[in-house]
Amino acid sequence: MNNIRKNRLKDQAFKVWGIACTLLGLVLLLIFLGNIFMDGIQRINWSFLINLPSRSPEKAGIYTALMGSLWVLSLTTIIALPVGIAAAIYLEEYAKKNKLSSLLEVNISNLAGVPSIIYGLLGLEVFVRIMEMGGSVLAGSFTLALLILPIVIVSTREAIKAVPKSIRDASFAMGASKWQTVYLQVLPASFGGILTGIILALSRAVGETAPLIVIGALAYVPFAPLSPMDQFSVLPIQIFNWITRPQPGFVENAAAAIIILLLITFVMNGIAVYFRNKWQKKLK
Amino acid sequence: MRRIKEFVIEKLLLSSALITIAVTIGIILVLSIEAFYFFSEVSILDFLTDTEWTPLFTNKHFGIMPLLSGTLLTTFIAIAFAVPVGLSISIYLSEYAPKSFRKTIKPLLELLAAVPTVVYGFFALMVVTPYLQGIIPGLSGFNALSAGLVMGVMIIPYISSLSEDALHAVPYSLREASYGMGSTRLQNSFKVIVPAASSGIIVSIILAISRAIGETMIVAIAAGQQPRLTFDPTVPVETITAYIVQVSLGDVQHGSLEYRTIFAAGITLFVFTFLLNTLSHKMRKKFQEKYE
Repeated sequence: MNNIRKNRLKDQAFKVWGIACTLLGLVLLLIFLGNIFMDGIQRINWSFLINLPSRSPEKAGIYTALMGSLWVLSLTTIIALPVGIAAAIYLEEYAKKNKLSSLLEVNISNLAGVPSIIYGLLGLEVFVRIMEMGGSVLAGSFTLALLILPIVIVSTREAIKAVPKSIRDASFAMGASKWQTVYLQVLPASFGGILTGIILALSRAVGETAPLIVIGALAYVPFAPLSPMDQFSVLPIQIFNWITRPQPGFVENAAAAIIILLLITFVMNGIAVYFRNKWQKKLK
Repeated sequence: MRRIKEFVIEKLLLSSALITIAVTIGIILVLSIEAFYFFSEVSILDFLTDTEWTPLFTNKHFGIMPLLSGTLLTTFIAIAFAVPVGLSISIYLSEYAPKSFRKTIKPLLELLAAVPTVVYGFFALMVVTPYLQGIIPGLSGFNALSAGLVMGVMIIPYISSLSEDALHAVPYSLREASYGMGSTRLQNSFKVIVPAASSGIIVSIILAISRAIGETMIVAIAAGQQPRLTFDPTVPVETITAYIVQVSLGDVQHGSLEYRTIFAAGITLFVFTFLLNTLSHKMRKKFQEKYE
């Protein structure tokens, strides 16, 4: 009897431990957010959003960084979206099971694991130096587009895979060609899933710092970019810059800018989850 | 006409897929060409055995060991924290927790991985380090400990989510058999389910290690910029990634030896993560075959 009780006790003990571990992560996240919120919230006002960077922390704002992030995000989407979706369609609908397709698959999963800073080195050499784009919005967008490409491909494939075969069969039976089936049936049916993946990929791109530092995005830019060839900064780099300054006023600024960045990230994640739930219901 | 259109479209789609191969080739070419120039000026033996890394000083030394020790130290701290916690979470969620609880908690945990790393860096430097300084006297403002711990928090969901998937994939009949023999949930978890899902769990840990080695902003902000060959977690160190950031922030001439050092550092980083990723991919293939 004693042994059974001991085992039951151990069982209960692990249950308590498991709950504690699960909550630990979430509690830490709450402490993180609470701390940053307390540090930064009084600094957030309209002028913080529309002011240019400045040497004095009270006057500094995030306007140029915010516009830079917006520029980079839009161009990254334009570059990565068509390529990523096309590659996913090829792998899911066209590719035969051969050496090439398994090579593509291994390669994509490997690319997804390459550290982001390595993409920065690639962008520095190829886009900044060889293609002579300099540390421009365009060079940054190409770099981030390559970075999120594997994520877009993987999530688009998942979405396409979820479309039932019966839809394709029906389309072929009506005399549709392969591309007509893909374009008119499979893509619309998987739209929600594709959208989810893309928003998640972009929410990753908006927080990326290291590759953009490597390609030479600046910490201090006096004006918001007006064209793809302009120099730029982004929100995470602005935050990084403020964190590394010794004056306490800048710490407050960094916390305030973090609140804005987290707001953007969490809203994007929320939208993605919303679309996923809606789409999964529809598919059923 | 229609056949030509279909043909062209297929080739266009194929070429998009081939871009991913071009990216890999691009990465390897860029890293190895610049590293080749680097090694034509610095002997590879010095690179691997010199215990000092001071390319930006007048007295230049090019030993990768200090950067490597910084990288391994922060990674080790992160993994030592994240593996027990992440595994406990995954076992609890898979074997103990009610289904509804699991469904709500998993996306919340994954939020940990969605937070931009520069935010974690801020937290490590501004909150965790001052707090730890209260406990450990003599802890310097930049140190491997708080950077490693915060990195551990960030990678918890990588381990908990993937391991939970692996545990969940274990066929139900194994649980029925084990419960039928009168085992408790704990005995069932550790003697039956965890061993059955071990390859999936190992994959999750390998991916987490690879993620921690490549992590940049947390260590660049909180671990310091002083390359030194040490495994003392209380002093400033520099990781490979932090060094690349440090050089990129400065004004380094293209084509100079300093410029090439970041590619030499980069190729070291790439080799490590590439080996780990390939290993995890191989193991995942094996683990998928087992249950299909």
